[in-house]
Amino acid sequence: MARVVVNVMPKAEILDPQGQAVVGALPRLGFSGVREVRQGKHFELDIDDSVDDETLEQIAGTLLANPVIEDWSVTRLPENGTA
Amino acid sequence: MTARVGVITFPGTLDDVDAARAVRRAGAEAVPLWHADADLHGVDAVVVPGGFSYGDYLRAGAIARFAPVMGPLIEAAGTGLPVLGICNGFQILCEAGLLPGAMTRNAGLRFICRDVWLRVSNADTAWTSGYETDQRILVPLKSGEGRFVAERRTLDELEGEGRVVFRYESAAPNGSSRDIAGVASANGRVVGLMPHPEHAIDPATGPSADGLGLFTSVLTQLVESS
Repeated sequence: MARVVVNVMPKAEILDPQGQAVVGALPRLGFSGVREVRQGKHFELDIDDSVDDETLEQIAGTLLANPVIEDWSVTRLPENGTA
Repeated sequence: MTARVGVITFPGTLDDVDAARAVRRAGAEAVPLWHADADLHGVDAVVVPGGFSYGDYLRAGAIARFAPVMGPLIEAAGTGLPVLGICNGFQILCEAGLLPGAMTRNAGLRFICRDVWLRVSNADTAWTSGYETDQRILVPLKSGEGRFVAERRTLDELEGEGRVVFRYESAAPNGSSRDIAGVASANGRVVGLMPHPEHAIDPATGPSADGLGLFTSVLTQLVESS
């Protein structure tokens, strides 16, 4: 068994109002110096060894992310890795 | 013979009852379709109504897009079956690749629930042939993720090919690209929009009866093609 992390982020050209709301809230809490926040999704998948990289790309590109508005990355973690 | 228009219900769909009512008001038989159905029961057209299918988990429409009924729907749409997606139904059709673009969180992050004026930009689709080009219609908008986005190239293509079907008359309240409220497939048979024409078919229960035209338009199309 292996653990895989898929990170999904809104494409650079897509307005991210949630990230903007977060970056707008930080100064009100006294945190300065944060220029930009982009909010995405983080998936952790426990997979059998039979699942190859190509299949993982298909999983990410068909269900976990919407290629119209989102980019994604697939990362296999080392044994006993934590995300 | 009375035309039969299917209305799909997914777990979490809200507006199937009003969509079926609009279909009947237009003069057709409303045929309930269930998300787990393996076929479309021989219907002549399909409405994918609004709501929160599968709780909007992952992304609005992302799970519903893979429901069993979507297989035959995508296949039938490919051969010209008229399909209308409203609100969450629009999101589902985009996720399924039947319509271009995607919907993201409203620009102001607030859920918007109010009546909006739309302009019919294309009165030649299967669902808008009963309107005049540039006709104004008043229908409710009620969505939190209603902001239509697509790549610039796609937007140019949609505008160039006349596939923008509805535009918000004043600036889009949800920040939609180029004030787009609804779009069509290349053949004009599949149409999706975020506002709710099915809630505007009778002044007694909605802001106007302006939305009924979508449902009567498709019946005219079906009669002419039969």
